[in-house]
Amino acid sequence: MSKSFRFWGLVPAWALMILTLIIPILIVAGVSVAERGAYGGFTWSFDLSSYQQILYSVGWTDELEFDPKYVAIIGRTLLFAGGATLISLLLALPVAYYISQQSARLKIILLYLVTLPFWVSMIVRVYAWLIILGNDGLLERVYRMFGGADISGFLFTPGAMITGMVYSYIPLMILPVYASVEKIDPALIEASHDLYGGRWTALKRVILPLAAPGLTAGSILVFVPCLGTVLEPMLLGGGKQLMMGTLIQTQFGGARNWPFGAAIAMVLLVLVVLVLLLNARRARSQMEAAL
Amino acid sequence: MSRSSAIEVVNVSKNFGDYTALDHVDFKILQNEFFTLLGPSGCGKTTLLRMIAGFETPSSGTLLLNGHEIAQMPAHKRRVNTVFQNYALFPHMTLSQNIAFGLKNLGWDKARITTRVGEMLEMVHMEQFAARKPDQLSGGQRQRIALARALAAEPEVLLLDEPLSALDLKLRQAMRDELRRLQRETGITFVFVTHDQEEALDMSDRIAVMGKGRVQQIGTPKEIYEDPHNRFVADFIGDTNFLDGEVIALNGGTATIRTALGTEITTTHQGVTGLGPATMSIRPEKIGVGDQAEGVILSGTVQARNYMGGFTHYTVQIGDQTLRLSRRNAHSHQDSLEIGDTVQVGFRETDARVLGQ
Repeated sequence: MSKSFRFWGLVPAWALMILTLIIPILIVAGVSVAERGAYGGFTWSFDLSSYQQILYSVGWTDELEFDPKYVAIIGRTLLFAGGATLISLLLALPVAYYISQQSARLKIILLYLVTLPFWVSMIVRVYAWLIILGNDGLLERVYRMFGGADISGFLFTPGAMITGMVYSYIPLMILPVYASVEKIDPALIEASHDLYGGRWTALKRVILPLAAPGLTAGSILVFVPCLGTVLEPMLLGGGKQLMMGTLIQTQFGGARNWPFGAAIAMVLLVLVVLVLLLNARRARSQMEAAL
Repeated sequence: MSRSSAIEVVNVSKNFGDYTALDHVDFKILQNEFFTLLGPSGCGKTTLLRMIAGFETPSSGTLLLNGHEIAQMPAHKRRVNTVFQNYALFPHMTLSQNIAFGLKNLGWDKARITTRVGEMLEMVHMEQFAARKPDQLSGGQRQRIALARALAAEPEVLLLDEPLSALDLKLRQAMRDELRRLQRETGITFVFVTHDQEEALDMSDRIAVMGKGRVQQIGTPKEIYEDPHNRFVADFIGDTNFLDGEVIALNGGTATIRTALGTEITTTHQGVTGLGPATMSIRPEKIGVGDQAEGVILSGTVQARNYMGGFTHYTVQIGDQTLRLSRRNAHSHQDSLEIGDTVQVGFRETDARVLGQ
């Protein structure tokens, strides 16, 4: 390969990255330090008050008071996204393992079914959960049918939000977990039984360690979009429990505070980059340990 | 005193749908024996091995391990270990961890495991590799670790599923001796599955020849080779000439058969129940040629010659029959027979066998 091709050949990729990733991030970063416009919008300047607002509120006499309001939202976001990731992981592992044990033909059909929801608009799918979880909805009727008490109030709870998040992103967990579970030689599981290990031993000492790359990849693929998710807290959480995604949305919308919304977006970006960096470091130390 | 049996296979059958993998198999494997299940692929030998390991259950019949019924016992409760065909070493564990795996599951304490792992590594001459991972080993080294892992917990029976098939020829020969040594040293009953008759003859105390889901014959390597019970065994073990003929006299253990060779042969028979059609079998190395011809002498023409180094194989036309024979090349540049030569061939009547239909 000639030197000039090596340079010019990468120009389209660089152009794409600069136009769609670098420039938008720079704009958001710029807005986050800009001055708030009276009716939305902003005027360019360098003002860190938006970041200050995340931790402090300004009291009557201009003194700064620590205000945990937004830190709580960030904490809740991490908690809910983490919970949704953990639940997805626990559900996806048996599903992926089951699919890997089927015949080649059935495998293709089942994997297709896993990806099927992606063909329908996300809003429509999350709306469907309104009908399931809502007052006198499907869940409550089935519950009553089996003799349960007359209860309501599944909707607009953290549980409903996490259910929605798990539902939305679990295919992103199943696929990479399947890819790593499918490669496990069945003889290894027989060997673990042969060497006096029961089912639990086979799972803990053979299947889980060998599926670890898929579990990590799946966890990142679920956790990262959950951090920024908007639809589930809005529709299923009823907007009562703000998460970072909905907070950003309200700042650019109703609250007309673009610089503050951009500052929260930058915090979200930093969190995502941190997750990816941690994983990269872990993967590298694992690779070094293997050599 | 007769030795007690390590494993009893009691009238076991196994069906997969319409396919019968094992058809009323019934035999015993003795204590401290090197026992081989030998047969072509699809004969049921692997199914039987997996059944002893606990990965298959019999459709009917049962299995006893040292007198205790195990047919329904889960694999991890049987004091039986397996050397898998492709070794099935855990790729994410070091060699030490691989060997310790079973001991940990048995609840041994740490110090005892460490000592035992050291002993096993020493036994297979792999001490310096303890901290390596399986993918850093050659085929022969993996084989040794698989053996060490399977023997670590001193199982009552060790199962070996074609463990040499993935190795090259030289290494295979060395591993045969190694396996024999390990079996003698440990005194553990070995059940060895192979489709390689040479391996089976070389290593085994006794062999069960399997075919079509049944045990065709059980015996020492010599019995199996010299006195095959039927045409399947004679054909599968070693090389032989089959000559169809007619039994014209039957007298206890001997039969007289008339074949297309034109002469009447009287010799030991197996499974001949009456006069009528039967098969005579004579092995190529038992037929002499030229001045080595003795016994029944026949005259024929050399039709083909295959020089094999230690031996030369000839095909000789006698009437409208052909006989294959092999001649040892005892001296360098020994005179060889040419195609088209007229030669005298001969064999002792007692070296031939008459096999029932």
